[in-house]
Amino acid sequence: MAKQTVELRTSPHIRKAPSVDEIMRNVVYALIPICLFAIYQFGISALALIIVVTGSCLLTEAFFCRMSGKPNTINDYSGAITGMLLALTLPPGFPLWMGVVAGFIAIGLGKTLFGGLGYNVLNPALIGRAFVQAAFPAAITTWTPAFAPGRFVEFIPSTLALPFTKPPSIESWLQGVAIDGFSGATPLALQKFENISTDTMSLFTGMTPGSVGEGSALLILICGSYLIIRNMMDWRIPAAMLLGVLLTSGAFFMIDAVKYPDPLFVLFSGGLMLGAIFMASDMVASPVTPRGVLIYGLFIGFLTVIIRLFGGQAEGVMYAILLGNAASPLIEAVTQPRIYGAQKKVKSEQ
Amino acid sequence: MIELWQFHGGIKLEGHKSLSNKNPIVQANIPQFLVLPLLQHIGDPTKPIVEVGEKVLKGQMIAHCHEHDCSKRISTPVHASSSGTIVAIEPRAVPHPSGLRAPCIVIETDGQDTWFERVPLTDYMELPPSVARTYIAQAGIVGLGGAGFPSHLKLKPEGIDTLIINGAECEPYITCDDRLMREEPDKIIAGASIIRHVLGGAKRCIIAIEDNKAEAYSALLETAQQQQEQVEIIQVPTIYPMGGEKQLIHVLTGQEVERGKLPASIGIVVHNVKTARAVYRAVQQGQALISRIVTVTGNGIKNPQNLEVRLGTPMHVVIEQCGRKSGIKRLIMGGSMMGFALPNDDMPIVKTTNSLIVSRNDEIETPSLPMPCIRCGACANACPIHLLPQQLYWYAKAKDFKKVRDYHIFDCIECGCCAYECPSHIPLVSYYRYAKAEIIASERDRKKADLARQRHEFRTFRLKREKAEKATRHKQKKAVSDNSKETAIKAALEKSKAKYDT
Repeated sequence: MAKQTVELRTSPHIRKAPSVDEIMRNVVYALIPICLFAIYQFGISALALIIVVTGSCLLTEAFFCRMSGKPNTINDYSGAITGMLLALTLPPGFPLWMGVVAGFIAIGLGKTLFGGLGYNVLNPALIGRAFVQAAFPAAITTWTPAFAPGRFVEFIPSTLALPFTKPPSIESWLQGVAIDGFSGATPLALQKFENISTDTMSLFTGMTPGSVGEGSALLILICGSYLIIRNMMDWRIPAAMLLGVLLTSGAFFMIDAVKYPDPLFVLFSGGLMLGAIFMASDMVASPVTPRGVLIYGLFIGFLTVIIRLFGGQAEGVMYAILLGNAASPLIEAVTQPRIYGAQKKVKSEQ
Repeated sequence: MIELWQFHGGIKLEGHKSLSNKNPIVQANIPQFLVLPLLQHIGDPTKPIVEVGEKVLKGQMIAHCHEHDCSKRISTPVHASSSGTIVAIEPRAVPHPSGLRAPCIVIETDGQDTWFERVPLTDYMELPPSVARTYIAQAGIVGLGGAGFPSHLKLKPEGIDTLIINGAECEPYITCDDRLMREEPDKIIAGASIIRHVLGGAKRCIIAIEDNKAEAYSALLETAQQQQEQVEIIQVPTIYPMGGEKQLIHVLTGQEVERGKLPASIGIVVHNVKTARAVYRAVQQGQALISRIVTVTGNGIKNPQNLEVRLGTPMHVVIEQCGRKSGIKRLIMGGSMMGFALPNDDMPIVKTTNSLIVSRNDEIETPSLPMPCIRCGACANACPIHLLPQQLYWYAKAKDFKKVRDYHIFDCIECGCCAYECPSHIPLVSYYRYAKAEIIASERDRKKADLARQRHEFRTFRLKREKAEKATRHKQKKAVSDNSKETAIKAALEKSKAKYDT
């Protein structure tokens, strides 16, 4: 009569709909327009780079899952996000074989070694990039002009370099595409080493050379807003980081407006926007406490500017975020929220 | 406009209240057998005072605490909820998360439903509060919101200046408070004034209702105005877990109850609206707690509604009365956020059964396998206590219970907001329950070990002492005997010497 098979589970018995894969899938959606713009800017070399690096990440993940006897996790989209982000931080003419190495390191060293999704201490994509930055310093600072003629039919020669060979010089190709006055330097490098400032508006809209996906600050902002509106990203991290950048660079600009770049230039140049919105906000490697998030963002913003202005390299976003990631457990430990009913310090002294 | 405060976090939930709040409360049928567990809530079990074969009447006390006077213990007596014959006193299946059987008194009803002698205490105002308090304890009243803490323990006149009557009812699906407030607002208000008296005259009395229950609010407001009672009827926002005692206090008064303390420490007591009505019935009508309102709802029920059910009524009787659909997959007692799943419906309705959710698989879905925690922080944003649920989870999983404690596991109220929000579908609350149980168990073991160590240490000390005592005794004896030997020799020598001399 009354006996029947029912499920026994513990409370709560209801759950909110969005799941991790849904969040991850939406991040991929948000990255697609940025990839498309990159392809429009740099042609098939960018396309090939994005596909190869993402593929390398996914294959590495599948490989390690199989090796460790765990279920295959490539369907959760997190590997794809790492791959896409990594590709977007590389120069457009980056040799594909080096891209494969970067992808392998990002997933292998940055993610699966720590235990996979949710366990990585640092942002995997940036681990991959830091590795190739150290391993291939020349290739990673070889920039090619945006909107080169014939970019949709012809690869940048360095893209197709044979594995373990030095990529061919792109000098002759550069002369071939004949863009006048291209110095092979990004706006950041121009500013830093030659003190030539680039128009902030063209930075904002992305009409400048640089890494594959750091082009248009505007586009990145729009894509980030999509995630923020859908409540799939903590807006406080990018906001705090951009604020940190503005405050720090503003302070230097006030000290010496000739020597130091103006804050808006700093804000819209290089990989800052991409880093702030898609990398610093990586949930896994950032703090979760409300005050911790703020400190973390400000800290990364501050470091970025310091590295850019006083470091040996033109760009500082990558190391700033990695250092921020490393500091986040510490930040979290000192920013514990006051729980309900805990005595305020003043009271306990009474 | 009354100023309200906000608690941290909380979640907005789909109410599912319109399923069952349309129809008035109906009387549930008298079942053939009533199964009354000797313990229906937190505290000490009761002892039966009836025997098998004995005839009992409705409202007659059939079990009470060992000392007869329950008013000093965490315990309440049990009363027969209809007239009939005691047919068994034996362990039966009871609604408890453990699934264990517990001793119950089984009554075969005679269908007459004859009342035992009812003695109301209508002149309670002239008597000292302790009289009414003992009376309420004897009536077997517990908190009817769901936790079931014996009410008389929350009726001590220890400097209480604010009485809050909780009609928030924040759990989805449950509508019994809603219906009761609409239908019997006068009894709730009358119950509240009795409670006020028992508390030694609380200055403020607030009845709080979530703003999704407009009818209940206006019914109470109207009655309060008509009766010119000094009660404040306040609407609070619909945010889960608004009905949590500490959350409600915070929203209404801006005060926080200190960690590990009871609301009474800041002069506040919270009682559920159903408890207020039970107090009214006990004091004004002489009725012990023998029935309660239960919401029977979910998409496995043809006519979801609220019923006044005699305690001890088997659940299937009530479900049958509301119309059972086929393909039932889940049976939950309590709310969908904090209730627990039952293996079957052959169990009695007890004092803490505020609702039965009978669900087919398409409503309350089976969650997929949990994904790893991605530290998104959704749980921390939702936690009404401002804990860091993901850290608790992390350390509970690693069995680092010291850390779990450092992150204040014992402040967790198990409301389930974190697990509801978790995009990785991690059963967070289960981890916390596990960690709490482990810590409590290890604490107990530690105490036991301490005791054993103390005993052992005392034993070794005692043995040593005994040995030492023995040794000294031996020495003394020896010394004595040595002495006597020496003197004997001396004496003999002297004797022989004397002999020799002479």
